[in-house]
Amino acid sequence: MSVSMEPESPGFVQLLTPEGEYVERSELSLDLTEDDHREFYRDLVLIRRIDTEATALQRQGELGLWAPLLGQEAAQVGSARALQAHDYVFPSYREHGVAWCRGVDPVELLRPFRGTSHGGWEPREKNFHLYTTSVGSQTLHATGYAMGVQRDGAESAVVVYFGDGAASQGDVNEAFTFASVFNAPVVFFCQNNQWAISEPLERQTRIPLHRRADGFGLPGVWVDGNDVLAVYAVTSWALRAAREGRGPTLIEAHTYRMGAHTTSDDPTRHRPAGELADWRLKDPIERVKSFLRKNRLAEADFFTAVEAESDDLADRIRKDCRDMADPEPLTLFDDVYAERHPLVEEERAKLADYLASFE
Amino acid sequence: MPQLKYWQAINQAMAEELERDPATCLLGEDVGAAGGAFGASAKLQERFGEWRVRDTPISEATIVGAALGASMSGLRPIVEVMFFDFMAVAMDQVVNQAAKISFMSAGKYHAPMVVRTMAGTGRGTGPQHGQNLEGWLAHVPGLKVVWASEPADAKGLLKSAIRDDDPVVVIESLALWSRRGEVPEDPDHLVPIGRAAIRRAGRDVTVVSWGAAVHRALAAAAELEPEVDVEVVDLRSLSPLDREGLFASVEKTGRLVVVHEAVGSFGPGAEIASLAADECFDALRAPVRRVTPPFAPVPFPPQLEKAYFPQVTDIVAAVRDVTRRAA
Repeated sequence: MSVSMEPESPGFVQLLTPEGEYVERSELSLDLTEDDHREFYRDLVLIRRIDTEATALQRQGELGLWAPLLGQEAAQVGSARALQAHDYVFPSYREHGVAWCRGVDPVELLRPFRGTSHGGWEPREKNFHLYTTSVGSQTLHATGYAMGVQRDGAESAVVVYFGDGAASQGDVNEAFTFASVFNAPVVFFCQNNQWAISEPLERQTRIPLHRRADGFGLPGVWVDGNDVLAVYAVTSWALRAAREGRGPTLIEAHTYRMGAHTTSDDPTRHRPAGELADWRLKDPIERVKSFLRKNRLAEADFFTAVEAESDDLADRIRKDCRDMADPEPLTLFDDVYAERHPLVEEERAKLADYLASFE
Repeated sequence: MPQLKYWQAINQAMAEELERDPATCLLGEDVGAAGGAFGASAKLQERFGEWRVRDTPISEATIVGAALGASMSGLRPIVEVMFFDFMAVAMDQVVNQAAKISFMSAGKYHAPMVVRTMAGTGRGTGPQHGQNLEGWLAHVPGLKVVWASEPADAKGLLKSAIRDDDPVVVIESLALWSRRGEVPEDPDHLVPIGRAAIRRAGRDVTVVSWGAAVHRALAAAAELEPEVDVEVVDLRSLSPLDREGLFASVEKTGRLVVVHEAVGSFGPGAEIASLAADECFDALRAPVRRVTPPFAPVPFPPQLEKAYFPQVTDIVAAVRDVTRRAA
């Protein structure tokens, strides 16, 4: 049996072609203003800039590591802009664009990568959870959280992000089972970026990932992950289903990680020559720019202003990153437990005494 | 005071806490309609509904992981992992997720959840249903680990665990399942986590144990009477561990025997022996002895199982050994 993993089926949702042509689909109406379209473009440009700046900071030795999102901007902006403030997000570790849309300051994102914090940001403040680095395990937390939301009768949904590699984890498949059985209001958003470090999609699956949904009893949607409008439309649909009690959805966003898995990886060693060039033709930002131009939704001064804004943002990130304070040694013992633990207290006191001996 | 069996005390603790706090809920395999594989949650679903007492698909990782997510949304889940051995299936969620959430979120989240699990030890349950893995768990910062040897503690420790804002692993003993004891009716009967109990006061040797092994330590102490006056300390909590209680007893007796049903090598007895050596060196009059199973998996055949787990005679021999060596 041979199943194509390339998006050629009529089920593949694309609203904006790589050339920036809008393709009408009657079942997916978009309720967007002209401003919304310009905002999408602004988000896409700014998060690419945040990402590029962070990669540069790692190269300059200011960050220990960075997981670039380059190429996945539309999948993240389109899905995150479909969320409401009260919805809750469980990211993996590459959702810098989602974080941006949730209002998490990019500098806070850098904290764990610079090693000045164990987590980085206040997850409850923006309903954006901490990054999870046990691949796929966040899908279980999202499912449990959604079950809690369901019990409260709240009209909130939960979105959990993961990748094509994580789709092979037991946790992810178990989360599908639980969410499906309990009809939990959770949207499983898989960014299929084609590569899990050095392993191509063919090492994870023999059928397109969205088709697995069928076996778990939830709808599976296949969307052009480099098309911000299509991603926004299908995520909005899935969120509505979750909020209205129709249960979970699996969205597979077909995209490409144009950069490295992390700054510790060199993708040119693993990937076929020419692949990146092919995907550059499907760049998520260029097609929106063409769309805005063709439809006269933005003029040159708009594009110039966004560019200037991104320069300012990069300047601020660079400066604030370098200014981050190192934590004090005794914070090592903070929040190991919610309640007092005698061993932690004893060892904290010993370290405090030791530190005091230098004074 | 009413007499209850060990499992009934567990059942009562959950019933009272489900009644007391609507955020409390119970998740696991067979915990609902069946009332638990061994009856610990009998009639709870009937009383509190399918939402709060929920049968789940069979996946220990997801039961624990979903409970963690649910705890972030404001619930206080109790989950049941049917056998201690199956904790291995859920270890990422227990060790990397639940134990770390407070630390990594700078205290913005806690995991006020309880993982109940049962050691099948001593019931012919074999290599994959009879292990004692408490050392794995007590080794992890962020977790608390308790184990009751008496029905009253089974109730009081579980209730404390449910009200605790940290993730607590509550280990139960199948071998004690039908053991009877007086159990306070007080709905606020709480046994503090981190406090040992002296089950038998003595002057000559301290025997430290927990779970079902405590009763064998007590039987050994009775057998040694009046030759040796044994103090039996029931640790009750491995993390936090009652260091003051342990040290006070060892300072008094000068001799220490640790009895546990976990394999000896890299086991909790080594930690306890090391603590005693560090803090009570001058008081110790003999080397610390451990009475534990050998470095082999739990066997199925009953005669091998009996040889494998510490018996009263093994404890008696160890106590005699430390008294003979005494200076």
